[in-house]
Amino acid sequence: MPLKAKELPAPEILRAESHPMKRYLRTDRLPHIWCSACGLGTALSCFVYALDEMQLDLDDVGVVSGIGCTGRVAGYVNLDSYHTTHGRAIPFASGLKVAKPKKKVIVFSGDGDLFAIGGNHFIHAARRNIDITVICVNNFTYGMTGGQFGPTTPLGSRGTTAPYGNYENPFNLPYVAASCGAVYVARWTSLHARRLKEAMVEAIAKPGFTFVEIISPCPTNYGRRNRLGEGIDELRYYAEKSVIRHGANPKDADLYPGSEILIGKFVELERPTFLEVYEERVMKKNSGR
Amino acid sequence: MPVNGILSGVHFMNGDEACAEGAIAAGCRLFAGYPITPQSEIAERMSYRLPQVGGVFIQMEDEIASMAAVLGGAWGGMKAMSATSGPGFSLMMENLGLGMMTETPCVVINIQRGGPSTGLPTLVGQADMMQARWGSHGDYGVIALSPSSPQEAFELTIRAFNLAETYRLPVFVMSDEMVGHMYERVVIDPERIETVERRKPAKPPEKFLLYEPGPDLVPQGMPLFGDGYRVHITGLTHDERGYPVIDAETQNRTVTRLKEKIAHNAAQIISYEERDLDSADIVIITYGIAARTSLGALELARKQGLKVGMLRLTTVWPLPTTKIIELAERIAGFVVPEINLGQVVLEVERVVAGKVPVRCVPHAGGDIHQPEQILHAIEEVLKDAA
Ligand code: SF4
Repeated sequence: MPLKAKELPAPEILRAESHPMKRYLRTDRLPHIWCSACGLGTALSCFVYALDEMQLDLDDVGVVSGIGCTGRVAGYVNLDSYHTTHGRAIPFASGLKVAKPKKKVIVFSGDGDLFAIGGNHFIHAARRNIDITVICVNNFTYGMTGGQFGPTTPLGSRGTTAPYGNYENPFNLPYVAASCGAVYVARWTSLHARRLKEAMVEAIAKPGFTFVEIISPCPTNYGRRNRLGEGIDELRYYAEKSVIRHGANPKDADLYPGSEILIGKFVELERPTFLEVYEERVMKKNSGR
Repeated sequence: MPVNGILSGVHFMNGDEACAEGAIAAGCRLFAGYPITPQSEIAERMSYRLPQVGGVFIQMEDEIASMAAVLGGAWGGMKAMSATSGPGFSLMMENLGLGMMTETPCVVINIQRGGPSTGLPTLVGQADMMQARWGSHGDYGVIALSPSSPQEAFELTIRAFNLAETYRLPVFVMSDEMVGHMYERVVIDPERIETVERRKPAKPPEKFLLYEPGPDLVPQGMPLFGDGYRVHITGLTHDERGYPVIDAETQNRTVTRLKEKIAHNAAQIISYEERDLDSADIVIITYGIAARTSLGALELARKQGLKVGMLRLTTVWPLPTTKIIELAERIAGFVVPEINLGQVVLEVERVVAGKVPVRCVPHAGGDIHQPEQILHAIEEVLKDAA
């Protein structure tokens, strides 16, 4: 049974001089540009807690972003970080990964960036099984440019370029990722912070093309235009509508206004990575030259 | 036989293959590209050669991705390149801008064909010269080289990598279908090949600023992914730390330096071949395959007793303006043959500034000039000057 909004536990308030995860952040760049109640802050903190849990050497982790509100993540992490062009984080990350195969490369970007302008790169990187993790913050809109509808906007939802409601069929991101060959696919909402962090840990640890979708509120644009209330109301909505079903067929993860939000770990499988196959099928033929 | 992975000895190969061998000799270890005529022989050769030297060939889903992967590979520490032709070059433009803005060393080869659009996939053109100069939005300086033979394709590709490392930007090799597909003797002596390696940051991370320029206006060293410098690069206008700063003052400082770092170092970047300039009344300024036909025209003219010389640009951008101005002071005029409807000639005209006549010898593409066309232009200029 999903929790009812009023039953949500009150958060424990931590008092500290500075952020406990300070060493992962470029504190000289804070405060960030994100709106209050935006899900991006949660997404970023889950990410730094995941890094902390993994105890990785921070010189071994790189973050690549595209353009948009989520694209700004690269600017706030105290890691080698690359804020690229709109939609092109994945191919940039692919080059970075083949140049430094032992390091972890994580793409952090939004739904419009990764699946509209960058959709072609996503499907081919998944097909190649290039060893990167893609974290997509899906807020169903182009936040940075003012709330236009995008490739994940549910049918009928409003955007500034869909004043009569969106008339295009949206992508079901876990299904896209799974069908293109991703070896790990999970979806959580920004309400499910602990599970989201765990999914990030699993995705980053796993070799191959791994994908985590974060359903996230954009109260300023998507939320406001669709009368979803404040950011907290969107979280209440997630609490009410989310259904955790690990191993569910991602085909069933479609989202409609008012529909249940299917979340969980949908795919976890083994497949050799791009560089493993390259080593086996190409490099070995040239050894001893 | 390859020595340390570099081909050596005398070979019979085409200009495309020579570009690939030049890249390998320069230390290129990542090629990211997409098939397109007439550059495919470069990609094919790289797919065969890179695994032999421990490199990676990755065939991307398009040229946008290719350019992005090249930039990523460069920040990962590799000497990286892509090769393409007109339509693919157009697709690369946005990420080329990112490469210019983030001062990322890499090489892009354009085997030019006839355009616009799909144009003449299998036939020669030189009509992307202004695109190389101005193709991505915004202001920045560029370096574009142009080979006239397979031998030169080999050498200029090495030079392109060296210039990219020295001045920290994507460098263009603007070849063409004819040079790309022309088979000639290519002599390679690995002993004589000089390569420039990536400059390491001069300071430790706590003192280092990513874009702090040296006296040559070039950032002092490039920290790679994992070096401990925790770089942040962005296509946004940024300060010396690499952090976005969205204001007019930072824009002025950053973008002016991108342009000035090329202008300031032009003397070291510019390269050309002079022929019979001392005794010339008319000088042909040309480059790439058009220079081969121009040589025929020069010989025809000399046979007729016309005093014609040639300034063959192996670096087209930046243009050797000082040299052209110096010539304009003492000759009767310039003739500029190129396989486009007048591109580099516009810059020549600007530099000559009306001192003497400048005549374009245009060609819309699909074939090379006839030497007689160029000779005719020479005669016309002489008539105008008389
Ligand atoms: S516009 Fe939306 S996505 Fe962007 S920062 Fe504001 S709330 Fe977040």
